[in-house]
Amino acid sequence: MSHTPEKKVRLAHGGGGRLSRQLLDDVFLPVFGNTDLNRLNDSAILHAGPGQLAFTTDSYVVDPLFFPGGNIGSLAVCGTVNDLAVMGAEPRYLSAGFILEEGLPIDTLQAVVHTMGETAKAAGVSIVTGDTKVVARGQADGIFINTAGIGYIDHRSRVSESRLCEGDVILVSGPLGCHGMAVISARKALGIESEIQSDVAPLNGLVKAMMNASPNIHAMRDATRGGLASVLNEMADQAGLHIEIKEAKLPIRDEVNTACELLGFDPVYVANEGVLVASVAQEDAEAVLHAMQGVTVGAEARIIGRVCQGTGSRVTMETTLGTHRIVDMLSGEQLPRIC
Amino acid sequence: MIDFKPLRAAGAARVLADKIAEISTGQPMRFMEVCGTHTMAIAKYGLRTLLPPEIRLVSGPGCPVCVTPNAYLDHALRLAERSEIIITTFGDMLRVPGTLGSLESARSEGADVRMVSSTLEALALAETHPQREVVFLGVGFETTAPTVAAALLEAQRKRLTNFSVLTAHKTMPMPLRVLSEDTLQIDGFILPGHVSAIIGSAPYSFLVDEFNTGGVVSGFEPLDILESLYRLVRQVKQRQPAIENQYTRVVRSEGNTAAQALIHHTFIPDDAHWRGLGMIPGSGLSIVSDYAAFDAAVKFDISVPASKEPDGCRCGEVLKGVIEPPACPLYGSPCTPEHPVGACMVSSEGTCAAHYRFLNRTLQ
Repeated sequence: MSHTPEKKVRLAHGGGGRLSRQLLDDVFLPVFGNTDLNRLNDSAILHAGPGQLAFTTDSYVVDPLFFPGGNIGSLAVCGTVNDLAVMGAEPRYLSAGFILEEGLPIDTLQAVVHTMGETAKAAGVSIVTGDTKVVARGQADGIFINTAGIGYIDHRSRVSESRLCEGDVILVSGPLGCHGMAVISARKALGIESEIQSDVAPLNGLVKAMMNASPNIHAMRDATRGGLASVLNEMADQAGLHIEIKEAKLPIRDEVNTACELLGFDPVYVANEGVLVASVAQEDAEAVLHAMQGVTVGAEARIIGRVCQGTGSRVTMETTLGTHRIVDMLSGEQLPRIC
Repeated sequence: MIDFKPLRAAGAARVLADKIAEISTGQPMRFMEVCGTHTMAIAKYGLRTLLPPEIRLVSGPGCPVCVTPNAYLDHALRLAERSEIIITTFGDMLRVPGTLGSLESARSEGADVRMVSSTLEALALAETHPQREVVFLGVGFETTAPTVAAALLEAQRKRLTNFSVLTAHKTMPMPLRVLSEDTLQIDGFILPGHVSAIIGSAPYSFLVDEFNTGGVVSGFEPLDILESLYRLVRQVKQRQPAIENQYTRVVRSEGNTAAQALIHHTFIPDDAHWRGLGMIPGSGLSIVSDYAAFDAAVKFDISVPASKEPDGCRCGEVLKGVIEPPACPLYGSPCTPEHPVGACMVSSEGTCAAHYRFLNRTLQ
């Protein structure tokens, strides 16, 4: 049994000196290493693609850092990859900026970095530039990560909300609410314990399969914070159209439903990290659905609704009882209710 | 675990809705769902659209967040200003506006306000932070009061000196008396299932004896509510008001006597201010003197001005079922779920929030 004290991140690890270099050599380069990154220049010089570029950034904070099905590292890669993918871009390059809290076990950082490396590999992207800062204990919560991403867009495959058309079919790529409820149960604080696994996954392979199946994917979004309902409202608003979904068609796992009912949550507002929503021309909907179901992350894809006739942007749901109700945007976070 | 699917079956719902329409035969009726969870379920499942137009559902004062007065929030906010205090609360109290702001805004200004899911979590926090004072906001009806009572017992057993409860607990049957004495013309009540699980169905008998009004203790699934409505319509048509129990899978007529004993051991009935309804004698719960050491109102010397409703706010009339939310001049602007002015907009179970979320735009 080893008695060496656990190695921890120290302020000097972010100082740019010898310890910074050691962290780079010991933790980051062995996992992320590629010819662009290994040069360790002040910026990476990349090959531009033939068409347009998609460029996005996102910052990741999550409590706890590790949850069933993933950790902050898988979120940081998938979130940015998926933001590129749903615009029809092929994700290629990521940056990774870390803000570490003094005292963070190096083992924890290593586990997160390892996951990022694996996830990036699975998504076919390279992490080509990065940065690390360390802040004093209490000034951050373990690890904060920012990633930015660049993807190539083939000019034939543009996706944009404004192309949402009347008669389109709305598809969702997988079961809803797993990520949000996995994180909440991992907190244990709410007295909910479950086997729910986060859905965090890169979606670029799925998007590729969908775009190969049809040139008529009119809009795509990944249903992250605010869940399905928020994404549908954004899509409806941008196009000025009415989307109607059917409650009975929504893929929601029993354990997610149960956890939501205990907390007074509505699963359509719970975050996903590996689920996309697409609006597809009616004639191609079955072909796209079939293509989605042929990819692991899309195996449980479903048609959940359609873009209706009529003016005024709104989202409605036909309930399991056959009644209709508004599905509004979420206001702030869902809060567990008293009784 | 209960399988809820049969209780959400579309076919059975249609059958029940048809039966309601068949026996109501065009006679106008007004029923009040007392509990916020019923309000939510009715809106979420679009149950109003299944009912014949002559049956009107009005929402009552059963959302604990909504009826908690400004002065209580102000009291909590004053406590939160003290650096030694950690305020612990159920989630949906965070955004409730007092006159001094909300707990959420206080937190952003540095107050230590933490969301917990149980009183035991707050107790654990007190144990792990012996140098701090942990105050739990005891809000809710007979449903949550026993859990606070259990925490008081546990705090005494562990001889904790840094745990206390700021109580705004309320009890259910009394406001129904106030509503019945008012000229609201309620033809029957959908009685709260969770509260009744604790108090049983017997305490509602005065509704029949004194006001000739019936009620049905109801579950929260769509078919539960429709069946309860069917029973209420039948009572009205047969002129035989009664207290019925539809929620027999959970509620017994005598209730949960162990939970009742816990409440009686640690609390005494007290006059309570209800937002919108005003002072109702004997409708609140205060901590008994044996447990005064755990009563934050006694422990900390804080004075707050009396409750005052925001100008123009008609939450009171909404809570009584006198007006529908859009009749309030603040509804939609400036009062929205993002920026609630009145309490009914704050909790997801609040009448205005449910209305705004599910019905605010015309369905075509």
